[in-house]
Amino acid sequence: MTNKLIDAITGMQDEQVLTIAREIMESGADPMAILDDCRTAMEVVGQRFGAGEYFLPELILAGEMMRQVSELIKPRLTKDSGPKKNGKVVVGTVKGDIHDIGKDIVVFMLDIAGFDVTDLGVDVPAEKFVEAITVVKPQVVALSALLTLAFDSMKATVDAIKEAGLRDSVKIMVGGGAIDDSVRVFSGADAYGADAMAAVTLSKKWIGGS
Amino acid sequence: MPKTPAELLDERNKRINDAIALKTPDRVPIAMLQQVFPARYTGMVLEEAFTDPDKWLAANEKTIVDFEPDMFFSLGAGVIIPGRVLEALGSKQFLWPGHGVGSNTPHQYVEGEYMKAEEYDAFLDDPSDFLIRTYIPRSNSALEGLSMLPPLKSLAFGAAGLTPLLLAPPVAAAMAALNKAAPEAARWHAAYDGFYKKMEEIGFPALNVAVSIAPFDLISDLLRGMRGSMLDMYRCPEKLLAAQEKLLPFIIEMTIGKAHMSKNPRVVIPLHRGADGFMSIKQFEKFYWPGLKKLIFALVDAGLTPIPFFEGSYDQRLEYLREFPKGKVLCWFDRTDLFKAKEVIGDVLCIAGNLPISILQIGTKDQIKEYTKKLIDVVGKDGGYIMGSNAPLDTANPELVKVWMDHTKEYGVY
Repeated sequence: MTNKLIDAITGMQDEQVLTIAREIMESGADPMAILDDCRTAMEVVGQRFGAGEYFLPELILAGEMMRQVSELIKPRLTKDSGPKKNGKVVVGTVKGDIHDIGKDIVVFMLDIAGFDVTDLGVDVPAEKFVEAITVVKPQVVALSALLTLAFDSMKATVDAIKEAGLRDSVKIMVGGGAIDDSVRVFSGADAYGADAMAAVTLSKKWIGGS
Repeated sequence: MPKTPAELLDERNKRINDAIALKTPDRVPIAMLQQVFPARYTGMVLEEAFTDPDKWLAANEKTIVDFEPDMFFSLGAGVIIPGRVLEALGSKQFLWPGHGVGSNTPHQYVEGEYMKAEEYDAFLDDPSDFLIRTYIPRSNSALEGLSMLPPLKSLAFGAAGLTPLLLAPPVAAAMAALNKAAPEAARWHAAYDGFYKKMEEIGFPALNVAVSIAPFDLISDLLRGMRGSMLDMYRCPEKLLAAQEKLLPFIIEMTIGKAHMSKNPRVVIPLHRGADGFMSIKQFEKFYWPGLKKLIFALVDAGLTPIPFFEGSYDQRLEYLREFPKGKVLCWFDRTDLFKAKEVIGDVLCIAGNLPISILQIGTKDQIKEYTKKLIDVVGKDGGYIMGSNAPLDTANPELVKVWMDHTKEYGVY
């Protein structure tokens, strides 16, 4: 019966999702099961995005539907047992650049792929990446940017990670509007990802995970 | 005998116009998207470019004279916005050097949901009223008082009803802010006008002066934000389309006015949200392409030359561009596969751009020569190509830019 919820989310039936979720809840279903269905639905959305069937409107709408359902069932959740995460990734737009669209898509895709994502936001100075690596202990760091000024910021960030003696503990990927493989070489990162799917593929390759 | 500046101006204009009209020019023209590059090149702190128009324009002049491009990029909308004007208005939509970003960091646009989904009806009912009483006060902190103006419809009863309101402190403060911004804006306008004139006198045409925007992007970039506009595709698609219909004549009128005033018929239209990866082909067909196509045709009908700048990639939607009027539009590309573009649209439209800015910033001289040669050989074959970078030169290495310019002029001769 809860497949109706998965179908509604994956089919972008925005106006039906809350009604269906309410019905399921009132029928006495386990709120955790509803949340699991939401996650299953998000995985499908992510796959369709990766396959070029869905685009930004669908990612944004799916995120919105997920948020609404989560808010609805939150008061009924008795335990906080998220699914096992595949590994930790720290993500941020580098210093001097305040663009977040690309970074947000990467965060979204990594999250539904089961990674524990720490989003540092935009205009993130190198020191903040270093601090996050120390505290969060991620296996992967993802540097995003739209502007060409970011070439230097990316290099400065990788250098700072090196200087802090943390370079060997993380794999670093770069991506975003003006970024290409030459920026990977210039900055000393490990890989360049052309899109959000590449961020997922690289993380899986480096960390493992389903 | 060396050519006179007037001869050089004619020669450069002819080279550009021939390429756009799909005739073979004497050589591949090269256009410089200098944007904030002149600041770096002349050792200016970028923040100064936002407060000192004379110094900023002198830096541009030096850059253009030193590199001698066939065309330089407009200095207007979207490049440098007078900082004191932004400050006086309390603009929330821009961070500029020293004000929200570092003093050498280019300005950046802050997107927001300045119009809410439930406000489409108010916008559609009376767009000018909505813009001045809701959008402008929300996006400029010093103009919040304008939200207290009476509905513009009330002016049907004459101006008398308006006058007492102007004394209300928030309205008076907004008026004072506008009065403060006005002379500064006028100073910049005068300086720019003088600059374009002077550059022509010494032989250098501008690629464009006027800038325009696709109706979807206007809604997505400025009014609803990307998130809002994308949700609207599902939640209120008819209103999203109706708002575009409403805005299109305004955009056309503003653009034609600006272009005619500048006496430069070329109009750059930076395009954002219709690219590959942003929306599906079906969504592009429904929400993006019709508005863009109407804008392009209206500008061509008015005797102008639109230059759509396809940011991101258009690999999956090149076929649509074949609908543009032949030889009347210059398509500037960012990451689109230009070799494929030449095949798909090369017989109908002139192509520009694509030289990766990364090579001009962190590449080698050999890489530049190699890429330049390939672009000229393949995309420049029989004309219809204008050499240009895939993005503004902003932080490019001047030495590498010089190599690129010189190599194009030398190797690009037909």
